[in-house]
Amino acid sequence: MTRDRTLQQVMPWLVVIGIFLIWELACVGFAVPEFVLPRPTVVFATMWEFAGPLWQHSSYTLLTTLAGFALAVAGGVLLGLAVGSSPLVYHGLYPVLIGFNAIPKVAVVPVLVVWFGIGTIPAILTAFMISFFPIAVNVATGLATLEPELEDVLRSLGASRIDILRKVGLPRSLPYFFASLKVAVTLAFVGSVIAETVASNEGIGYLMLQASSRFQIPLVFAGLIVIAAMGVIMYFLFAAIEGRLTGWATRKTEFAAGS
Amino acid sequence: MVRPFVELDRVALAYGGGTLAVDGLSLRVGEGEFAAVVGPSGCGKSTLMKLVTGLMRPTRGGVIVDGQEVGGPLKICGMAFQNPTLLPWRTTLDNLMLPLEIVQPHRSRLRRERAAYEAEAKRLLAQVGLAGFEERFPWQLSGGMQQRASLCRSLIHGPKLLMLDEPFGALDAFTREELWDVLQQVWMERRFTGILVTHDLREAVYLADVVYVMSARPGRVVSVHRIELPRPRTLETTFTPEFGALVHTLRDEISRVRQGQPVGGVAEGGA
Repeated sequence: MTRDRTLQQVMPWLVVIGIFLIWELACVGFAVPEFVLPRPTVVFATMWEFAGPLWQHSSYTLLTTLAGFALAVAGGVLLGLAVGSSPLVYHGLYPVLIGFNAIPKVAVVPVLVVWFGIGTIPAILTAFMISFFPIAVNVATGLATLEPELEDVLRSLGASRIDILRKVGLPRSLPYFFASLKVAVTLAFVGSVIAETVASNEGIGYLMLQASSRFQIPLVFAGLIVIAAMGVIMYFLFAAIEGRLTGWATRKTEFAAGS
Repeated sequence: MVRPFVELDRVALAYGGGTLAVDGLSLRVGEGEFAAVVGPSGCGKSTLMKLVTGLMRPTRGGVIVDGQEVGGPLKICGMAFQNPTLLPWRTTLDNLMLPLEIVQPHRSRLRRERAAYEAEAKRLLAQVGLAGFEERFPWQLSGGMQQRASLCRSLIHGPKLLMLDEPFGALDAFTREELWDVLQQVWMERRFTGILVTHDLREAVYLADVVYVMSARPGRVVSVHRIELPRPRTLETTFTPEFGALVHTLRDEISRVRQGQPVGGVAEGGA
């Protein structure tokens, strides 16, 4: 039992190390040139060498991403509430939302630049646009899948729509909401980095663009790994919050014992 | 006869497409009476529930509850379904408190008199055999225990009318018979008006003062049986010839209803 658990905890690290190992061996074995695919050891050495700029640009990207993500949470929840609690709003807005979601956000960045200039705001808005959709859809789903019997019980008690939303709708959609946060925060990184590569003077995306134009491919890969790491950290941060707040939905035994 | 509490007068209800779920449905349940409605599947039993509680308006005819024409969702009503519909993020005790957070005057009193209300909820839980499970979450309870909790939730605010839609349908036979007894006890103590929709004929005879048999769709009442068996009824009662005869009669009628044959009018049964 405990052995299984330890193995489960070690497994992700083993897989990551394994990937780097295969990558390293493949590069050495097939003699891949460094400007095509640098070896992980070279990438990590570059990461060490450029730690200062990497830190500076990635913290900028992190802030931009979180700002866009915060907007997405606010906008997504409001939209989700509207769509999930009213069939009329649902039918009216859903096709528009899907259409909007289908637009490649990279195509919108130049427009944002025209409106707001090069810099932080287009990146924040791109992060927002790409990450609000899953939040809205999940909150709406949580609300819309309320059991009809439960609604009957509440209505026959004389509950108002607000009562039903407060007592049942919102708590019920929390697990859906947190599940969407995990996905949305990683998408927000995609959004801000896209905007940075198209039009920005700062951020990890900008750093990577500069590096690739100077053929510093190891630095590009260092940037990619930093982004991936930030995404993973954020994902597990929200997964941990989810586990604490909506343990009833996953029905963990620790939760039952703990509260 | 006692004052009628629930009256349906030649009620018809058509759904969107124009199909009639019920047509010419008339019944009258006296105050403090426990009525059961039985019938073949799809006879509009659940529609009856929605009509009486005001969740649906009849297309034709009138529904009167407690002397008033029903115009919208009632507020004096408790409901329980086959699916216990407990909230998984609330403990059993907090699930019971839900109606009190909605129904007046409890709603405005709850904050000040929380301790008294919780004591009442615990007493009710103990009565149905759930003492000690107050702080458990619903998903930590068995199906039968969840249904007991659901029953408590439908009664906590002291409703004058209890509507039960096949509440024990998903339970095993032994648990079901146990819960008949629990329900009978609670009813004998509180004497609310009850309407039980079921397809279990033994359940109907065990619990009800009056059993209404409904026809196939569009549903209407084809016969009424007063069950005069003495209370409290026990498992022993179910093995008496009177009980067996009543169930047999009901079973015959359902068979005929299903085949579209006429059923004889109002019958009197029991000892």
